[in-house]
Amino acid sequence: MFEGIMIGLTTAFTLSNLMMVIGGCLIGTFIGMLPGLGPMSIISIMIPVAITIGDPSAALILLAGVYYGAIFGGSTSSILINAPGVASTVATSFDGYPLARAGKAGKALTVAAISSFCGGSIGAVLLMIFAPALATVALLFHSSEYFALMVVGLSAIAAFAGTGQVAKALLMTLLGLIMATVGEGALFNMPRFTMGIMDLQSGFGFVTLAMAMFALPEALYLVLDPSRSNSETGGEIKDLRITRSEAKEIAPVIGRQSVQGFLIGVLPGAGATIASFLGYAVERNIASKEDQEKFGKGSIKGLAAPEAANNAACTGSFVPLLTLGIPGSGTTAILLGALIALNVNPGPRLMVDQPEIFWAVIISMYIGNLVLLVLNLPLIPYIAKILAVPRNYLIPFILFFTMMGAYIGQNNATELLILVGLGICATVLRFADYPLAPLLIGFILGSMLEDNFARAMQLYDGIGFILDRPMTMGLLGIAAILIILPSYRARRARLRAKGVADGD
Amino acid sequence: MALDRWIALIILMICMAYGYAAFFTLDVGLPPFMQRNAIWPSTFPKVLVVLAIACTLIILLGQGKGEAGPKEGDIDYRRLTDYKLGQALLLLAMMAGYALMLRPVGFLISTVAFLTISAMVLGERKLQYLLPITVLATGLVWYLVQQVLGIYLRPLPYFLGTGG
Repeated sequence: MFEGIMIGLTTAFTLSNLMMVIGGCLIGTFIGMLPGLGPMSIISIMIPVAITIGDPSAALILLAGVYYGAIFGGSTSSILINAPGVASTVATSFDGYPLARAGKAGKALTVAAISSFCGGSIGAVLLMIFAPALATVALLFHSSEYFALMVVGLSAIAAFAGTGQVAKALLMTLLGLIMATVGEGALFNMPRFTMGIMDLQSGFGFVTLAMAMFALPEALYLVLDPSRSNSETGGEIKDLRITRSEAKEIAPVIGRQSVQGFLIGVLPGAGATIASFLGYAVERNIASKEDQEKFGKGSIKGLAAPEAANNAACTGSFVPLLTLGIPGSGTTAILLGALIALNVNPGPRLMVDQPEIFWAVIISMYIGNLVLLVLNLPLIPYIAKILAVPRNYLIPFILFFTMMGAYIGQNNATELLILVGLGICATVLRFADYPLAPLLIGFILGSMLEDNFARAMQLYDGIGFILDRPMTMGLLGIAAILIILPSYRARRARLRAKGVADGD
Repeated sequence: MALDRWIALIILMICMAYGYAAFFTLDVGLPPFMQRNAIWPSTFPKVLVVLAIACTLIILLGQGKGEAGPKEGDIDYRRLTDYKLGQALLLLAMMAGYALMLRPVGFLISTVAFLTISAMVLGERKLQYLLPITVLATGLVWYLVQQVLGIYLRPLPYFLGTGG
């Protein structure tokens, strides 16, 4: 391994490769801030550039930098304007945006930058140490376990998104899953629930739904109630630093979520989105009762968890790509295409045949994370100034970027009408205190969940897979507990409150 | 009945329509070879709709939000007219208008118009600042999306060329 590290250092620390990392991170960050352009689209755009470079190490280093940068940029728009254009930064907005609204945008961006840096760096260390062994373990996970893992993730989110109102959160999750079944899926190759509307043939767009659930209701709230747009700092960014006690508070969260996020990233098909949601749910679950109350209202733990987890998962998704040649996520599938175009065949022989590529990518991950931190920390005061833009300008621009995100994603003007319709529905749901995040998460995981469910059903000719595979049964058991326990607690609390009110 | 229960009722009706399609119409044209499979296109939707109907019934028949007031910092929907409802509705109409005009009028004109009029709806009157900012921002976004990222956005009305 030491020899490999030396090869990686020699390759990654050439001037041209350093420029690739820096350039990739900058491009990724700035384009990633635009809602609607996630890592997949940015990497697709950058592939022709990477292929033109010719050198596979340099090309992969550039693309990895773009990948990290895009995830970081997505977090910025989630925190500042509640517009998560990428699925893996949806969880970031749960606490990041309330922090920004409370006048702590600088602190939120700093926590996000540090958590991302730590998540990515710890992930890179784990990748270096455990890559080959983890690739073998990942192969033990079958479709039934993936299905069960996603059910656990959804149950955890439903259980904790609607504190005391599990039925509402569960209903929203199911509504998201139902929306994911609309359109022509890859599984059956036939349109479902499209009502004959051509524009629904490809289903609802993720970005459209994300904008409709988060950005549009928030913008409408700002219009309805002008006092909400007055930032508590009056546009002045004061507290960029995190205090010693805050650092102590988030350090274990970052540590745990870096490891958990990395392990989830290693599983082919899981990736940064599931890692960030699960990371958030787990941290909320294990937090003290006092801390649990803060989640969703501007908790720095709630912000650090998904940020560390999604970056660690990005690194983890390189394990199956580099060691088995199996893309762990949509983004790594595009990277695999780029590698093949560059005449590199990822797989077990890559470490032996082309060690300079394998190790240079790992070393460049450290450098990429460092570059993101060094470049972005000084820029935070300027980025956070977005919130100081006067309301009359800020709201039209939020609405415009929201619409651009939906339009660019599908290249279809009907998408904008769907956005407006869904945005109105989301605002009404918010009035009635229905949590919107579970709907979006259900939608994101819906097709993956059905895909794995169908494969497991086909393999075992029915639902026998639940009984035949102990790991699946265990995971589904956890999911059941996650739903039943909070419902039971809420019911008991209600009954107790009723008893007190009745004078018992 | 509280708003959350009305919403649950509407979702219940949507679920029933969805369930009808899943149980009775979805598999009608299924080819015979697929009928031997353990999973049909309707299997997953059937599971979902049963669970969703159960959840809506829990909300409808169980403990809802009731008539408790809104949370601190939230908007009270019962007093919606006390807020800037007109502005919000106008902006939604502007968004719908933008969606309809984007293709025929072109990106540059429709975007400048949307940004300028929206800001004016919100109370901005200093056109000497507003217009240059919206024109500059629109031009920058168009350049970035069309020229740098290569995603096609027709800049001008169709009769003035494609601008591609």
